[in-house]
Amino acid sequence: MAAQAVARVLPHDGRPGVGALLWRMVHRRRVIGVGLVVLAAVALAALFAPLLSPYDPASLDVPARLHGPAWSHPFGTDEFGRDILSRTLFGARLSLTVGLAVTASATAAGIVVGLVCGTNPRADRVLMRVMDGIMAFPDILLAIALMASLGPSARNVILALSFVYTPRVARVVRGAVLVIAAQEYVDAARAVGASAARILARHVLVNSASPVIVQATFITAYAMLGEAALSFLGVGIPPQIPTWGGIISQGQVYLRQAPWISIFPGAAIVLSVLSLNLLGDGLRDFLDPRLRYT
Amino acid sequence: MLGYLIGRLFALLPVLLVVAVVVFMLVHVTPGDPARVLLGQDATEPQVAALRHDLGLDRPLPVQFTLWLGRALHGDLGTSLFLRMPVSRDIVQHLGPTVTLSVFGLGVALLIGIPVGVVSAVFRNSWLDQLSLALAMLGAAVPSFWLGLSLIILFAVDLGWLPSSGYQSPASGLWLSAQYLVLPAIALGVPNSSLIIRFTRSSLLDVLGNDYIRTARAKGLRGRAVVFRHALRNALVPILTVVGLTFAALMGGAVVTENVFSLPGIGQLVVSSVLRRDYPVIQGVVLMVATAYVVINLAVDLLYFAVDPRVRY
Repeated sequence: MAAQAVARVLPHDGRPGVGALLWRMVHRRRVIGVGLVVLAAVALAALFAPLLSPYDPASLDVPARLHGPAWSHPFGTDEFGRDILSRTLFGARLSLTVGLAVTASATAAGIVVGLVCGTNPRADRVLMRVMDGIMAFPDILLAIALMASLGPSARNVILALSFVYTPRVARVVRGAVLVIAAQEYVDAARAVGASAARILARHVLVNSASPVIVQATFITAYAMLGEAALSFLGVGIPPQIPTWGGIISQGQVYLRQAPWISIFPGAAIVLSVLSLNLLGDGLRDFLDPRLRYT
Repeated sequence: MLGYLIGRLFALLPVLLVVAVVVFMLVHVTPGDPARVLLGQDATEPQVAALRHDLGLDRPLPVQFTLWLGRALHGDLGTSLFLRMPVSRDIVQHLGPTVTLSVFGLGVALLIGIPVGVVSAVFRNSWLDQLSLALAMLGAAVPSFWLGLSLIILFAVDLGWLPSSGYQSPASGLWLSAQYLVLPAIALGVPNSSLIIRFTRSSLLDVLGNDYIRTARAKGLRGRAVVFRHALRNALVPILTVVGLTFAALMGGAVVTENVFSLPGIGQLVVSSVLRRDYPVIQGVVLMVATAYVVINLAVDLLYFAVDPRVRY
């Protein structure tokens, strides 16, 4: 009852609804629209992979092996006659899942670390050195080393990449908290007796959302590239499961006879990452015009 | 100056300590007993216990860490479990191709990044600018390993102009070496050029907004002279920072690229060590690369003194 009443009242609160906000965003920065459309296409392809795939991604058809792109197999087949289009569609599931899971956990962990650092100078000195230390490793090399210890699996890829990308979020949150905590409206909130927890949740966190959202978009892109690289190198998701990096690595052996095995899943990576970067750039320009690359 | 240098060196210590702790913990986050993992499932219990004792795994963690760090500081990174030779020697043997590839890759990234960034800034908001930024965007989205494979398909398989894989050190003839390095260097350089394009552009735009640029134009200098003699020289200083920061991406990219082109470098060493579960080698490589990153970025900051006399701390 109460929730419904609130929902009815909110749009008249002077705040734009989600639809209106989205429309304004796309209108102001057209790249946001382009990014969103391509991403939606990739997400739908992943979601409906079983319906869209012309073949079972694992079904073998040895007579049709290393078949070039044709009507029956638009992306061609691999050395076991498996359909590359179907495998690429199913690969989208893994790639997106890893990208989103890494973003969610790295962002959550980064917000916690960033809030602690931004509000507690003592913890800040220690934790930020730790974050700097983690950022001194090349992303992919640290992820490879972690995978060596954790063992190859989708869950461990998510764990390793989340660890690698947490400091990036933590830095952004810490920076935003330090700026916002010095604002007058925070003093005002404190003056009227708001608790520290309320100030953090209602003022600091809400106002630092923009840079975090932008960073999260880029982290999804990094994580998808990272997963592809790990699986390509054979230390990521086991090769039985179709992933974009895994299919490319498999095609490496047949580069002469069947270049299409590697070409198509790679194009899928480029398309997804490109749309995420467009989205991130557009959001940054839209949410904070001062940061814009002039 | 000297005070600043000493301060910076001291600030490095906690970061390097964190690096060391992370590297040390790599072996200890393995599910189960590292000694068991190292020996495999067939090993008998006494064998496992003996290795655990040899590796010092039966001692408390802080003791293990101190001993390990002490040895690492003396250049002793342990012994490879697979090749049975000192890890430091293993790394040195594989360093050549990686360093050569990184230098060539950085060269490609700068050769693309600076001119494209300059064009983009000079013709700001034109279609050339849009095109340059689109190129930067595309470059950042292309995985280096896929670009590498595509280059192999085009230039090695279809056209047959260049070898598809392998390595010849520059010592065995520059021309021969370059033939093997061109494709890997492009595969590594293109994704890394996008940050340089963007940095060059914004740095040059900053400089072009200065009064002395207006003065130069007012006294009648041609556009080209203003850009190259006055603006670019000043704009290049911040780009140094990007070169330092690119080092991490460059090393990471090199690790992946080497595996595409079968270059016998650090990247091949580390990936084959992961597959063999040769932890001391992995630890050694990761420790060395992270330390190099920290030191190189300090060196880049110090280079500012040499390049820009206005910088004083």
